[in-house]
Amino acid sequence: MSDRIFGGIGLMLAALYAFAATTIPDSFMSDAVGPRAFPYGIATVMALASLWFLFKPDPEPDWPRMGRLAEIGLAALVMLAYAQLLPVLGFVIATALASAYLTWRLGSTLVQSAIIGVSTSLGIYVIFHLVLGLSLARGPLGF
Amino acid sequence: MDTLASLADGFAVALTWQNIALALMGCFLGTIMGALPGLGPSNGVAILIPLAFTLGLGATPSLILLTSVYYGAMYGGRISSILLNIPGDEPAMMTCLDGHPMARQGRAGEALALSGVASFVGAFFATWGLVFLAPQLVKVALLFGPAEYFALFALAFMTLGGVSSTNQAKSAFAAALGLGLAMVGVDTQTGVPRFTFGEVHLYDGIDFLVAIVGLFALSEVFIFLEHRGTDKDASTAPKLDIGRITPSFAMLKQCTPTMMRTTVLGFIAGVLPGAGASLGSFISYSMEKKLVDKDNTFGTGDPRGVAAPEAGNNAAAGGALVPMLALGVPGSGTTAVLLAVLLSLNITPGPLLFTQNPDVVWGLIAALFIGNIMLLAMNIPMVGLFVRVLMVPPRILMPVVAMVSFVGIYGISGSSFDLMVMIAFGVAGWVLRKLDVPLVPVILGTLLGNAMEVNMRRAVTIADGDYSVLIGSWLTLALWAVAIIGFVLPIFVGGVVKARMRGAAEREAAITD
Repeated sequence: MSDRIFGGIGLMLAALYAFAATTIPDSFMSDAVGPRAFPYGIATVMALASLWFLFKPDPEPDWPRMGRLAEIGLAALVMLAYAQLLPVLGFVIATALASAYLTWRLGSTLVQSAIIGVSTSLGIYVIFHLVLGLSLARGPLGF
Repeated sequence: MDTLASLADGFAVALTWQNIALALMGCFLGTIMGALPGLGPSNGVAILIPLAFTLGLGATPSLILLTSVYYGAMYGGRISSILLNIPGDEPAMMTCLDGHPMARQGRAGEALALSGVASFVGAFFATWGLVFLAPQLVKVALLFGPAEYFALFALAFMTLGGVSSTNQAKSAFAAALGLGLAMVGVDTQTGVPRFTFGEVHLYDGIDFLVAIVGLFALSEVFIFLEHRGTDKDASTAPKLDIGRITPSFAMLKQCTPTMMRTTVLGFIAGVLPGAGASLGSFISYSMEKKLVDKDNTFGTGDPRGVAAPEAGNNAAAGGALVPMLALGVPGSGTTAVLLAVLLSLNITPGPLLFTQNPDVVWGLIAALFIGNIMLLAMNIPMVGLFVRVLMVPPRILMPVVAMVSFVGIYGISGSSFDLMVMIAFGVAGWVLRKLDVPLVPVILGTLLGNAMEVNMRRAVTIADGDYSVLIGSWLTLALWAVAIIGFVLPIFVGGVVKARMRGAAEREAAITD
């Protein structure tokens, strides 16, 4: 079933892609092929592959239970928040928070998580910023 | 003789203090990454690419660092195979079969040392193979016009799925996805924006480094989140006694013919597109089992069963560099990632690389020789150190991997937008892995998409809009023929090989547990 859904999504993606390709404007300078031909080819391959999934699906992968899916979704959300907060909070604080969350979800206790989060953040800061001289996001506190 | 003179020049390039230090660092980090289950050569290299850029390293030093990581990871994969019966990366799977039984007999140290020597032999001779074969391939490649290149790219995509996927439709889908992503941005030939949906950030296209780090490194973090609890947690495995860490002379002598044969076989497997190191180690093991296993000792801790796959996979790693450097078409996942490095450094791989940037090529090859010797030195006496690294539990390791990925990408662009794109790729990578869609064609598509299109358009434009030029010469016809065979054949054979690889590993696990 998963493969069939995947095939359906793939077909839609291919159709969308082909449609988006039709909207590519022409330019005053053009070659014999033009900017649309190759994308059409890609959409065709994608559609054919998707049709194959619809008609000959592979056996079902073992999807994690809802709880685990939520886990992965939450981790992705935390990472998105991290990306947004990085310039606001500065590297050290944002990273400590994000890595504490991740290690907590991977099975550390709360106290351990706090320690691991802070030391991951400081460790990366020392190695990458102080030793290697990489520029990291600077927060209001200057680090 | 020209070749040897060039190689000597290469050593002159590679033997600076900075390059030696980088090679040492790369070998060390690579071995650690290879040893840790969950981090393999491709994500190891992927994580470090942004680092190489933000440090402002030049082309040769960056490549030296990253190929050292690549070779190091190929060495390191065996450590957890032998000690924990968990392959550190996919090519090291076959090493579990005899390596772990040896460790159970209290001969872990010998197995580690022997596999270190076998890795060295494989990688060393494969690097010589690279020295002599790559320039020959360059001569052929100089005959290629745009139509031939278009066919060659198609060949790379159609054969890459090969053994790495059980379903060719899925590798085709993955390739189309990658190519489709490569089209995003301003068209280089006509200057019109494509698939940007008005988003200015997308005018430059999607940075393939962002895609690579997201797909390889972040998706690994999600995999670990998914499997927590059902853990294949490395830290819970019983600790094994290492024993003596030098192989006896008799054992080395016994294994020498095996290492020689499997080096050749592995190298060939590496050069062929789409096969790569996993196949190299698999066919090496199978062939040796057929040839020398008279008393049925393979699978019970036969030293030759340790030497064969290790020599095979390291030789394949060297072999895979041949098409990458000479043609600009990588033969495996990790070499695809290395290609990304070249492209980001504004170096066009392929035949012209050897004439335009000989210092880069030969410096790199010389660095491989140096790295190999370092790895041998590191892997025999210092193996205990790497063993200790294996005890770092994933709950600490994985957040570090995620954060280093963020640091690297942020360091290049300094934009939150790229980080968000990377997270999207991470989630997509996880879904695709669950659905058994291979990620390497996606990467290869984003890397090669533009070059492929440019060559196609150039060929057709030169022929005044006549599309038949794409199959207009013997060379293109031959390439297309190989491509089609390479795509169709695995439908009948590939599944069998893959199933046997899995079957062999499982049977063995059943016996030893």
